[in-house]
Amino acid sequence: MNNPIQNLSRRGFLQGAAGLTLGLSLPAFAAKAGAAAARSAETAFEPTPFLRIGADNSVTVLSKHLEMGQGTYTGLATIVAEELDAAWVQVKVEGAPADAKRFNNLAFGPMQGTGGSTAMANSWDQLRQTGATARAMLVSAAAKRWNVPAAEISVRDGVLSHAASKRKATFGELAEAAAAEAVPATVSLKDPKDFRLIGKHAPRKDSFAKTNGSARFTQDVHLPGMLVAVVAHAPRFGGKLKSFDARKAKAIKGVVDVVAIPSGVAVLARDTWTAKKGRDALSVEWDDSAAFKLGTAEMQNLYHALAQNPGLVARKDGDAPAVLAAAGTRTLKAGYDFPYLAHAAMEPMNCVIQRTADGIEVWNGEQFQTVDQGALAAMFGLPPEKVVIHMLYAGGSFGRRASTSVDYIREAASIVKATGTAAPVKLVWMREDDTKAGYYRPMFHHTIEATLDAAGNIQAWRHRLVGQSIAKGSPFEAFMIKDGVDGLSVEGAASLPYAIPNLQVELHTPADIPVPVLWWRSVGSTHTAYSTETFLDRLAAEGKQDPVALRLKLLEKHPRHAAVLRLAADKAGWGTPLAKGKPGERRGRGVAVHESFHSFVAQVAEVTVAADGSIKVDRIVAAVDCGMAINPDNVRAQVEGSVGFALSAALHGEITLKDGVVEQGNFGEYAPIRINEMPKVDVHIVASAEKPTGIGEPAVPPVAPAVANAIAAATGKWATRMPFATDALKV
Amino acid sequence: MIQLTVNGKAHKADVEADTPLLWALRDTLLLTGTKYGCGAGLCGACTVHVNGQPTRSCITPVADVVGKKITTIEAVDATRVGKAVQEAWRKLDVVQCGYCQSGQIMSAVNLLTTKKKPTDADIDAAMAGNLCRCATYVRIRAAIHEAAKALA
Repeated sequence: MNNPIQNLSRRGFLQGAAGLTLGLSLPAFAAKAGAAAARSAETAFEPTPFLRIGADNSVTVLSKHLEMGQGTYTGLATIVAEELDAAWVQVKVEGAPADAKRFNNLAFGPMQGTGGSTAMANSWDQLRQTGATARAMLVSAAAKRWNVPAAEISVRDGVLSHAASKRKATFGELAEAAAAEAVPATVSLKDPKDFRLIGKHAPRKDSFAKTNGSARFTQDVHLPGMLVAVVAHAPRFGGKLKSFDARKAKAIKGVVDVVAIPSGVAVLARDTWTAKKGRDALSVEWDDSAAFKLGTAEMQNLYHALAQNPGLVARKDGDAPAVLAAAGTRTLKAGYDFPYLAHAAMEPMNCVIQRTADGIEVWNGEQFQTVDQGALAAMFGLPPEKVVIHMLYAGGSFGRRASTSVDYIREAASIVKATGTAAPVKLVWMREDDTKAGYYRPMFHHTIEATLDAAGNIQAWRHRLVGQSIAKGSPFEAFMIKDGVDGLSVEGAASLPYAIPNLQVELHTPADIPVPVLWWRSVGSTHTAYSTETFLDRLAAEGKQDPVALRLKLLEKHPRHAAVLRLAADKAGWGTPLAKGKPGERRGRGVAVHESFHSFVAQVAEVTVAADGSIKVDRIVAAVDCGMAINPDNVRAQVEGSVGFALSAALHGEITLKDGVVEQGNFGEYAPIRINEMPKVDVHIVASAEKPTGIGEPAVPPVAPAVANAIAAATGKWATRMPFATDALKV
Repeated sequence: MIQLTVNGKAHKADVEADTPLLWALRDTLLLTGTKYGCGAGLCGACTVHVNGQPTRSCITPVADVVGKKITTIEAVDATRVGKAVQEAWRKLDVVQCGYCQSGQIMSAVNLLTTKKKPTDADIDAAMAGNLCRCATYVRIRAAIHEAAKALA
């Protein structure tokens, strides 16, 4: 194929930089030949912004995406190493700097960031090209040095060989010579049948450092003179600082400063514990005159009332309202309630910022470089490139660190500004700060009504959703909201794949609720997969049809959905009897299938419900089609983790408000599942030649509906709220 | 000035007596492998060994551990069991975000020190105090079995 990589090294040479820097000329990421800064043994050959090969034989892949657990560093490195024919052991990964010109997410357009399960999909061609180009230039350098035809040179595990003359050289030995080579006009990419890493086993690059305490997270940053800030926040959304008394805080040994900031009062000290003690010693009065004061019950009433009326139409096939209104049809209706959910990453939000001579420097589990850089540049009156961002490992995110309003990073910046300090400032949120701060998966209410004909076929389906918009007021509003409908609110519902002749999806977006909402691992599908997949099972039961058979009948035009559904059903022994439980226990099996982020996942859940109503999920059998699986073991790991993440919401997760105050703070009240609640997870991957899509999120949506359908199979009762109410399941 | 023995070395830490061991380790001794997750003994990310016992360092004042032997993740490979657990974690690629894993490993080492061949039920009981938001629990179970096998 034509090589989009252009040789831009001349200017680099003229500027005195040793080695080679190439830019990619694809329109979406037209790169400038940024002359690389300090050259070390690791940067003898730098064929694209994504790869450095060192005279020390190291291969360093620069990841433009955040590693927050999803395996991105490993996946991106696998793509480069495959085409380069590097030895996996010589490959290292480093976080790329914030620079949208070189490191934008091709799925997001001109911005750098991680999300939407896009990392592998948008990097696939880019990094294959990078690896293949570097390989060709190394081969070309070897051909010249050995005076043999390039076609006779083979490359394997980081070594170039010429069989006839028995000559060999490592990447390191050829790196400098390769840097002087012309970029080939075309490069050939491997035939997938020749892959040695992709689709095989390439161990995680971060396992070593994450098992000996040396992996560096934002929380671990210690810089000379650094101050730690802990903040007193308003207890209500929209609350403002009225006054505060810092005398007790300042009397604590080690407290350095106390400052008012837009989001509260910050106490600064040399260490975290002292800053926290100082924060706890503040007495603060808040002005709640403009604050939000509703509770969850009042909000639910409001949402339920809205659902009585037609909303904005997100999808309309045929005429569902007319069919539903016609007399004599068999109609079913159900309502569903979904609470606010906190991301609750194990590393509470934090950020380090320091003023420098001509800009600022940021250390962060950085997920949204371009948005954050822009916001900070505006706050400090700087051009964006003077906001230098170091992307560190994130101790989980699940969407939280991709904050549309840059909330916690702005807070850190506001402390730096308020104090006027030149010292680095580390903002640390305590667990309760993190849980209570908002940026939740929005609370939602759904209703679905459907009619069946005499044969049990679904004639009409009307789905109404009520919930806050994530995109509204964010930089993505124009892109994501069409005719008043936020695509993130209805995704998975408006894209229902089932062949139903009359289908209508409507949305109400309640205004004037200032509780901040945000994407939460798998976004709209966290609630739409639940209502649609459990309601479909109710219709199957009403029409006396098998849930798998009914889905397959309705998915004739969706072969990838159907394939994962068949595979999961087959591997789970669908249709065979489930082993009986102990006396008093009821057992059941349930299924769900859902597409999100262009990946397809079906799951079969096996559950046991005890006499007291408590639910034990015994096993999840998952089938996934995420295109070509770059690292199958990581695909399995992500599915396993997604099961646990989704079960936390299904069984326990709930953020509630009382008089506008969040009622949960620590893990006692907001409880992710623990190991004793973790089911067995069997993962089956569909062999695919399609380009890779994502796997960080798509296995989350089917979990809760599969479990709910299994509970219904066991007990005859349908859970219409999350988390599931176990009282109703008592014998 | 508080005297602490961490990973076989004597340290002096200029902290108040009520300071939790977690913050003395992290902010004073710069041993940052031990993590803050909840500050209330609920998540286990801060787990260290004090005289061989798994201890939530976020709710343990430094005054209580003076004169005791403290072991953190940074020195977990100094024992045979610790090394086996660490290697099993790597072999099975247990980690995802990795933030809770120091605590997980410290708890797993204690389990295998006291029980050579734990069952799934033993593992669930011993590890239920350690939260993992990435839910790497399937692999934590498998890695503990793997380490037990390696140690047998």
